[in-house]
Amino acid sequence: MPAVQETVEHVRSIDVDQYKYGFVTDIESEKAPKGLSEDTVRFISAKKNEPEWMLAWRLEAYKRWLTMREPTWARVDYPKIDYQNAYYYSAPKRNVLASLDEVDPEILRTYEKLGIPLREQEILAGVVKPEGERRVAVDAVFDSVSVATTFKAELKKAGVIFMPMSEAIREHPELVRKYLGSVVPVTDNFFATLNSAVFSDGSFVYVPPGVRCPMELSTYFRINEANTGQFERTLIIADKGAYVSYLEGCTAPMRDENQLHAAVVELVTLDDAEIKYSTVQNWYPGDADGKGGIFNFVTKRGDCRGARSKISWTQVETGSAITWKYPSCILRGDNSRGEFYSIAISNGRQQVDSGTKMLHLGKNTTSRIISKGIAAGKSDNTYRGLVSAHRKATGARNFTNCDSLLIGDRCGAHTVPYIEAKNSSAVFEHEATTSKISEDMLFYCRQRGMSAEEATALVVNGFVKDVLQQLPMEFAVEAQKLISISLEGSVG
Amino acid sequence: MNAEVRAMKTAAEQALSAAFAAACDTLPGKGAVAALREDAFKRFDAKGLPHRRVEEWKYTDLRALMREAKPLAGPAGAKPKGDIEPVLTGVDANHTAIVNGRYEPAWSDFKDNDPGVSIVELFKFLADEPGYRLGETPGSGDPAHWLNTAFMSGGVALRVKRGAAPAKPIHIAHVFSGDAGAAMYPRVVVIVEPGAQLTLIESFSGPEGIDYQVNSALELVIGDGARVDHIKVGCDGGAALRVSTLGVAVGAKANYKNFAFTVGGAVVRNQTFVRFGGEGSEGAIDGASLLKGRQHVDNTLVISHAVGHCMSRERFKSVLDGESHGIFQGKIIVEPHAQKTDGKMMTRALLLSDEAEADNKPELEIFADDVVCGHGATAGALDEGLRFYLMSRGIPAKEAEALLVQAFIGEVVEEIAHEGVRDALMFAALKWLGSR
Repeated sequence: MPAVQETVEHVRSIDVDQYKYGFVTDIESEKAPKGLSEDTVRFISAKKNEPEWMLAWRLEAYKRWLTMREPTWARVDYPKIDYQNAYYYSAPKRNVLASLDEVDPEILRTYEKLGIPLREQEILAGVVKPEGERRVAVDAVFDSVSVATTFKAELKKAGVIFMPMSEAIREHPELVRKYLGSVVPVTDNFFATLNSAVFSDGSFVYVPPGVRCPMELSTYFRINEANTGQFERTLIIADKGAYVSYLEGCTAPMRDENQLHAAVVELVTLDDAEIKYSTVQNWYPGDADGKGGIFNFVTKRGDCRGARSKISWTQVETGSAITWKYPSCILRGDNSRGEFYSIAISNGRQQVDSGTKMLHLGKNTTSRIISKGIAAGKSDNTYRGLVSAHRKATGARNFTNCDSLLIGDRCGAHTVPYIEAKNSSAVFEHEATTSKISEDMLFYCRQRGMSAEEATALVVNGFVKDVLQQLPMEFAVEAQKLISISLEGSVG
Repeated sequence: MNAEVRAMKTAAEQALSAAFAAACDTLPGKGAVAALREDAFKRFDAKGLPHRRVEEWKYTDLRALMREAKPLAGPAGAKPKGDIEPVLTGVDANHTAIVNGRYEPAWSDFKDNDPGVSIVELFKFLADEPGYRLGETPGSGDPAHWLNTAFMSGGVALRVKRGAAPAKPIHIAHVFSGDAGAAMYPRVVVIVEPGAQLTLIESFSGPEGIDYQVNSALELVIGDGARVDHIKVGCDGGAALRVSTLGVAVGAKANYKNFAFTVGGAVVRNQTFVRFGGEGSEGAIDGASLLKGRQHVDNTLVISHAVGHCMSRERFKSVLDGESHGIFQGKIIVEPHAQKTDGKMMTRALLLSDEAEADNKPELEIFADDVVCGHGATAGALDEGLRFYLMSRGIPAKEAEALLVQAFIGEVVEEIAHEGVRDALMFAALKWLGSR
């Protein structure tokens, strides 16, 4: 069954040529000299006033990176990246801020345009707001540095540490040293190693034992300067029994040349802790002919270190020229749980190769993967996922479901799951089914007087909601705007 | 930075290079065939043995599994008494023997003289029919296939003429008869002309305890409206290493069924490449593997739908005991404009021991929007509830397990159309269960 008109129109409306975050903010910025060398690494470290151990850590990573080769196994095709023709550090000038008021108004206007609620301290100041309204603490990262973090005081009261990574390195070196690189080792892969050498900022979150973070934490990433790469590094630690929900959003201006984004996100949950990590990724995807756009090479990994801990990834991927991203869960603690919910939409000449890894190491670990891919235009959309049970992972359980939909006959949808069971008590189920809508459901709706299209749209809405409902409220709205798309007649 | 760096040659690769240099002048076939060999070896030599970094060979690292390359196998010797393939005893078929990689009429037992069937030695066929282009079936871009083309030592060409329907199955038996480890490279061509029908049995066997190596290739061309039932029986000796490449080109409105049954061999890889080139065809590629000890069996499939309106079904089951390693890789490709394709793939692994490993990789690659494709994969142990039920009825644990495994395997074995073969394979499965 070909896609209904509504679906086609919705996808067209998020077409690459209509990227609405493609403006450039004109502010003065300070950049590191072009190119990558030991000096660049030293420059970034010095800019950040980093302690000696951090510089050593970076230099080690840089040396290692020089010996590594770019991975080629993903189903993406892009021109060779010239790593010497990019700036590895760019910061809006005057970045030592005492309060939000000192943030360059241009930047604030940028975030306003993006719809990011940076000014939420108004609530703190007593501006009248309805009782019980959900609040979100935001850390905004502009090119290479974090420009503003809101709600710091209130979070501090709860004992939650939420600050730019660069500050955390100075203020909480014991935590950073203990956890940084413990989930994604410095030598993990080409892009992660590059990130380890040159990362400039990102968010650091620590939730102490037994604390339920009082609000959603959010980071908004914006690449503004031309020829810069953004290399953010996020580290979130939920100590015993803690809970935190974290949101991430990304945009970039429209530029003709490709820009590199190589982030690393590390999550650690100790006993009984839970982290919910949600992403709405909307980097500039390039124009309809595939010119420009962000190369998004991201390493995201969560480590369920403690027993009964849980990590949940939710992602809505609509942007980037190239997406190479596999948010993973290492289920180390007994009875731990990993979840991955994803909607990936590609249009124009976008190429998406995304999925997850669920590594079952502890006993009675469970995981769940729900992935929906939608390919339109001349794009390629690949789901690539690994589920594996270690020898000692008795009672491991996984359920995987990936569906994809093609709109038009010049795009491709692919599924590449790897399922590795090394333990007889592991129970793995994988299905990539055609999600043709049940005739019964359609008949029921038609019988109630709906047109075929309406009936399809209704049933299909329920279908995508599997993933959408995993998003926190604030994001669900944004995501729904991005993809109020109906899926039917799709292929597995 | 991305330039592919060729790793150091392993001992096996060096031995293969030396063997090819020594044998290329004496291997059968001149002219075009010799050029084909030369080209294939050159390609192989550039890439080397496939290893875990080669995506298609991720789980079967030949660099590690094939430590040495054995010398080419010698002459067949005298035919031993008894059936050429004991597993198929009782199956009424016409037997053709390929021993140590060469066609052996003396070992063969071709009772019927059907005018619709012709069977000739491979190189005689290639000399007589220069119009047939060897290596044009799918799968010829695989490194193991290159190696077969470089070293192919003999085999047969079987042709079933237009509209013919031989009454009995035709059995092509690959046998290794040496008493020390050696390598054989048989190549078989099967052409089923339009409207013809064929039940083809292919078997592989050899002595226990001898570490012989087999790299076989079969190219099967199925004409429009033809029907082929293909059963592949893998009963190699416990120390054998075998890689079999099957390339199938399916015409329009044809029907192709394949069943791969594997119990023997230390390292076995069955790679099957099927291409639907005409509309309205159907294919069913099934398989069952029963493994124990340290066996490593890899079933790899690539089903490509080049045109629309075809249907393919794949069902694979593996039972893994001991420290065995079962692999299934299946890929369904729907090429652009192959609309109305219907492809479904199911793979199930049953783990009987904690040391066994099952790796499944079902893939879909789809470039057309009006298709129905799906795949499913499961891995798990025997259902404790079912086992308990049987035991509560007084059936001992071992027997209860055997019954459940039989039912599990039976689901695919029952799909074999030929009754005699079906019974023989079910019997072999029971024997395997009895020996657990």
